[in-house]
Amino acid sequence: MRIKDLPDDNLFTAGHTACPGCGVALSIRNAIRILGKDTSVYVPASCAVVFGSTYPYGAWKVPFFHTAFENTGACLTGMQAAFEKKGKKVISVGFAGDGGTYDIGLQSMSGAAERNDDVLYICVDNEAYMNTGIQRSGGTPFGAWTTTTPVGSKVQGNRTFKKNLGEIVAAHDIPYYATLSIGHPLDFIKKVEKAKNIKGFRFLHMFTPCVPGWKIDPAKTIAVTKLAVESGMWTLYEVENGEKKITYKPGKMKSVKDYLMMQGRFRHMSEEDIKTLQGWVCKKWNLHYKEKGAPEVCEIELPEEHHAVTEEHRELHGP
Amino acid sequence: MKKVITGDHAVAIGAKLSRVEVVPAYPITPQTLIIEHIADFVNDGEMDAKFLTMESEHSVMSAAAAAEAAGARVFTATSSQGLAFMHEMVYATAPLRLPVVMANANRTLGGPPGIWCEYNDSMGVRDSGWLQAYVEDNQEALDMIILAYRIAEDRRVMLPIMPCLDGFVLTHTVEPVEIPEQHDVDSFLPPYEPDVILDPARPAMIGTFMPVEYIMELRRQTAGAVESAKKVIQEVNDEFATLFGRDYGGLIDTYQMDDAEAALVTMGTVTSTSRQVVDELRQEGKKVGLIKLRFFRPFPSEELKNALKDTAAVGVVDRSLSFIGGGQAFNEVRSALYGISIPIINHLAGLGGRDVTEMQIKKMFELTLSAPKGEKVKAVNWHNTRGETV
Repeated sequence: MRIKDLPDDNLFTAGHTACPGCGVALSIRNAIRILGKDTSVYVPASCAVVFGSTYPYGAWKVPFFHTAFENTGACLTGMQAAFEKKGKKVISVGFAGDGGTYDIGLQSMSGAAERNDDVLYICVDNEAYMNTGIQRSGGTPFGAWTTTTPVGSKVQGNRTFKKNLGEIVAAHDIPYYATLSIGHPLDFIKKVEKAKNIKGFRFLHMFTPCVPGWKIDPAKTIAVTKLAVESGMWTLYEVENGEKKITYKPGKMKSVKDYLMMQGRFRHMSEEDIKTLQGWVCKKWNLHYKEKGAPEVCEIELPEEHHAVTEEHRELHGP
Repeated sequence: MKKVITGDHAVAIGAKLSRVEVVPAYPITPQTLIIEHIADFVNDGEMDAKFLTMESEHSVMSAAAAAEAAGARVFTATSSQGLAFMHEMVYATAPLRLPVVMANANRTLGGPPGIWCEYNDSMGVRDSGWLQAYVEDNQEALDMIILAYRIAEDRRVMLPIMPCLDGFVLTHTVEPVEIPEQHDVDSFLPPYEPDVILDPARPAMIGTFMPVEYIMELRRQTAGAVESAKKVIQEVNDEFATLFGRDYGGLIDTYQMDDAEAALVTMGTVTSTSRQVVDELRQEGKKVGLIKLRFFRPFPSEELKNALKDTAAVGVVDRSLSFIGGGQAFNEVRSALYGISIPIINHLAGLGGRDVTEMQIKKMFELTLSAPKGEKVKAVNWHNTRGETV
């Protein structure tokens, strides 16, 4: 499917109340265009519930269900079981955030994945609990400011690295896992179409900038997404029946600093912390893009400890 | 056909006869036999249902809600810690008007951990909007599942319902049970055809975010539905009695109440023992009677008032405790009888699964009988308990 062939049945309509430049709204709108009207949606507690379904308004023109936060996997399982029992051909799709997937919803997602239930799980990853007002999740990157990883005089920002959710999901031996970016629409369309037509548990992992949470210019959502990929902070790949394939390889690696400086959440970062994060990115870059036997693509000196800890942090928490 | 089976087996047969379509399941003692029997039925081709082996009770009730929202008749079962774990989803199902049927095998909710009968698990969700019924024997356990679907799926109700059966006393004890014929159940219980479901042909949004301008009306609607259930329960009870020959009375059942001077209000299996004691005391010339509280939600306030109008004193047996003095049934009965000036006495017994014996029930009747005679009787009495009493 080409971009200009994308149907627009307006299944997720204009008039929803998401912020201008919201990565989640953009991802949902475009995914649902590809999935089509024979779809039933579950959305757990998140911005998407508020901006898409605050009674008496609703932006969904496909069936929509919501109950709680941690149960996207289980609700998809139940919904799909009913459709199958009734002999209806419907795609059960969930749009859960990073908090609802990496953290509180991990068990329920794992259950549905392990049972290989015939559902499509979409994680819209904006790297923190944005609906509750920007708190750290397991998907928050190193260094990022959130309200629960504030920039203090002793400790600055998030001290841990983004959880490798892709490996966890793929380890369930599901038919399809893919990472997506709305800055790469052709790749996006291809993967949603693929996921639509595969049977079993499919997981689409979408990188979705949050304007207030990342403190970015609403006009720069796509630019930030592109730079995330060009710098290696986000990688585009898919794992189909256990076979991993890179679907987009950036040219020369851009410095992570360029990516960080576009966003208020990273602007406090010290040179040392930036170096630490660059080290993490390099490791990831090599893991994804380095051909066998080729030299390391990115030769940044890694600090002594992997979890580079600042002196202040050491004082606060011990070695 | 009569079969000698456990309460859990009876419940599973009730679900099969009700032609349930989706069964999300998770094991927990003493409910586990229910889902094991259903798994057998499904794998032996006796039951055409989707059996989902979920990874927790929270996910069980999530899948149950979603399957029900997508138009399927859903059954599941839980107990104690499991019910506590799914607490959030129990609260989600009733206001969304999803008539799930979930059997609860009453078991003490820890700490401290234990596996025997106490009502502190199901009492914790009495304000969730679910209907709650407490059964007395394995026959009633089976029949209650079939009745539950008729009540829950009635257009005037559309609420989830929790048939409760005493852990181990019923779940793991065999009794002869009359198994209804499938065609009789089919004529009593039509297929589930809800108006609003998740269906791409007629898209609907279920569970939308609810601002302050609307939520109170929704609460009032749910309250209205619980109230409407009273009439429906009576109708369904009478129809069931005509068709199957077993009359359970409705919201309450009474025994020897016509001329009773003192009555006990009981729930679950304590009722059977109490009925025996009533017979014995009647032979001694004591005018005692019994009220079986079958439904805790909706709460039969009017029915109790009516049944107790000529009684001099009433004792309420509780198998769980509300920490405001006495048990939940006691406090609700006392509230229902507000304005009627008779002694209302609470008997706490059988907590944590301790046996409630005939001797204890005799003592309960004695205390209740002596109250209107001017003797000093405490409002709350702990039976068969070591140490200080209230």
